[in-house]
Amino acid sequence: MGSGERIEFDNKVVNWIDERLPLFTLMQKEYGVFPTPRNFNYFWNFGAIAMFMLIAMIVTGIFLAMNYTPHVDMAFDSVERIDRDVNWGWMLRDIHMNGASFFFIAVYVHIFRGMYYGSYKKPRELLWILGVVIFLLMMATAFMGYVLPWGQMSYWGATVITNLFSAIPFVGDSIVTLLWGGFAIDNPTLNRFFALHYLMPFVILAVVFLHVWALHICGSNNPSGIEPKGKQDTLPFHPYYTMKDTFGLLVFLVVFCVFVFYAPDYLGHPDNYKEANSLVTPAHIVPEWYFLPFYAILRAITFDIGIPFTDITIISAKLGGVISMFGSIGLLLILPWLDTHPIRSCRYRPKYKFFLLVFLVVFCMLGYVGSQSADAMFFGLPMTLVGILCTTYYYGFFLVIIPWLNNTEKGRDLPKSIHDAVLQAEREKA
Amino acid sequence: MIRSLLLIAVLVLVPVTGFAGGGETVPPPHHHWHFSGVNGTYDKAALQRGYKVYREVCASCHSMKQLSFRNLTDLGYDDSQVKAIAGEYSVVDGPNEEGKMFERPARPSDAFPSPFENDKAAAYANGGALPPDLSLIIKARHHGPDYIHAILTGYKDAPHDAHLLEGQYWNKYMPGHVIAMAPPLSDGQVAYEDGSPDTLDQYASDVVEFLTWAGDPYMETRKRTGMKAIIFLLVFAGVMYGVKRKIWSDVH
Repeated sequence: MGSGERIEFDNKVVNWIDERLPLFTLMQKEYGVFPTPRNFNYFWNFGAIAMFMLIAMIVTGIFLAMNYTPHVDMAFDSVERIDRDVNWGWMLRDIHMNGASFFFIAVYVHIFRGMYYGSYKKPRELLWILGVVIFLLMMATAFMGYVLPWGQMSYWGATVITNLFSAIPFVGDSIVTLLWGGFAIDNPTLNRFFALHYLMPFVILAVVFLHVWALHICGSNNPSGIEPKGKQDTLPFHPYYTMKDTFGLLVFLVVFCVFVFYAPDYLGHPDNYKEANSLVTPAHIVPEWYFLPFYAILRAITFDIGIPFTDITIISAKLGGVISMFGSIGLLLILPWLDTHPIRSCRYRPKYKFFLLVFLVVFCMLGYVGSQSADAMFFGLPMTLVGILCTTYYYGFFLVIIPWLNNTEKGRDLPKSIHDAVLQAEREKA
Repeated sequence: MIRSLLLIAVLVLVPVTGFAGGGETVPPPHHHWHFSGVNGTYDKAALQRGYKVYREVCASCHSMKQLSFRNLTDLGYDDSQVKAIAGEYSVVDGPNEEGKMFERPARPSDAFPSPFENDKAAAYANGGALPPDLSLIIKARHHGPDYIHAILTGYKDAPHDAHLLEGQYWNKYMPGHVIAMAPPLSDGQVAYEDGSPDTLDQYASDVVEFLTWAGDPYMETRKRTGMKAIIFLLVFAGVMYGVKRKIWSDVH
């Protein structure tokens, strides 16, 4: 930054500023002429879409915060007041609450794209890890945001999730007390969640900056998974990808608007329109849809793990569930070292592609399991069994299948260059 | 392949976000409401009738804390009518200069008065069961309009094997079938002035219309705004698609 060659600009004011602080050179280099592989498909739109959603969440969130009261006696009513009496408050809130869902949709597609085309492999390991960190921060932010309206699901979701930490040996109870700011979920909890919910998006923004920085060091991966070898393989980011990203974003926003304006509560839970009540437990506590797969993994462990033939428990069912839930995200962090296969893209790895698509189905299935009550049945199978089977595949995919494929999958022959891959694809089309 | 899998993923993920448990539940029959659908609006005559039913029946036990009299202009009343309606109620205000609380006629800016001093008093007067606040009752239930209509019309004689305590009633659509609210509406109970039938079904439909408005007063604005936003985005997306094609035409 700042040490590279400066670009001369015709506009004198721009040039004057740029000599002192090369902002325009930076933008020109990183977003103007930045060499980008020419063969992106529409999966590559979702990074820009996620970025847009983050900004939209921050902007709507700031205006919501101006009208929100983080107090257990007033929070619920203040949210209703936003809906009813604040000018366009209903729209701000509908955008914000559906925006969370659509931010997650964009990020889930973005993550899946990374897995499908091997974007986490050398030299992009750190880029990938920063992405997983963003995902974790998003989960924490979304969870705390969902608590703020102080409805029944807010309160009981917070109860379930914060209680998870009590499973940690020795320090668990102290951590829970710290999270609550007392000995029960109450006003201090709501206050700190509001403060953190306001803070975290800016932390996310900072990590996104690092994520983009890391991206601009090694350049983008692409559907063929082979590095650009020269000018014929790349295009300047502007106007080619600025225009393509804008088009993709607009299509995404159409779907978003259908939810915001025509089904604003479809992705939420009706119980959150009842004010929090510590004396009435909802019949069925479920988190927001984007947490459901991980919620299913959490609930899949229903047995204590101990020394066989004794009564000694080493890991209780609760701790087991917590470990498997956090472990499932931890696996993403170490994915670059689990998958050491030299070929990146699924296009040239049919076996990995098959198991990855099964993984996608299993992940969605976990989401379904997470939405159901524990005693539900699935085509005659107990839901808990389906949960444990899917969780087993989730872990097996990372810890058994991927390492096994490292050694056994030969893969298809790679094209010589991106240029060749594009020409080949066009020949096949014609 | 990927696209169809993604589609499956969306189809699996999206519909599962609902459906709570809690005793045996009978899905409420589906109605087509005046406010249903992309162009659905509130039927002002039904809103006014529903408000009458609410005022004369529901409001004797249920609060509606999120609403104020001024909101009633949405129902088609003008300012002087709203003022007159508010004036029929009295609210406690104060303290005055002597430090005393006093009663005065309600103004349009006042919230709907609650029938009981607090939740404890409300529960005590209703056999221990707190009548829920109705401001958001439609949004706070799955398939809210259909469900509330079904509850209001779903009272039946209890089957022989049902165990009902004093002050409990059997309702086909209540989860678990046991409800603490006595059948609130019956034919001929509220006298309509506009010639609409004085039937239980009509009362239930009208009060659902009113309660839906109460929970979602900006629905009509929301749908209109949505239409504009989506048309704008579609046109803009079409233009951008053309721009993108043009720019990329020299690459292929």
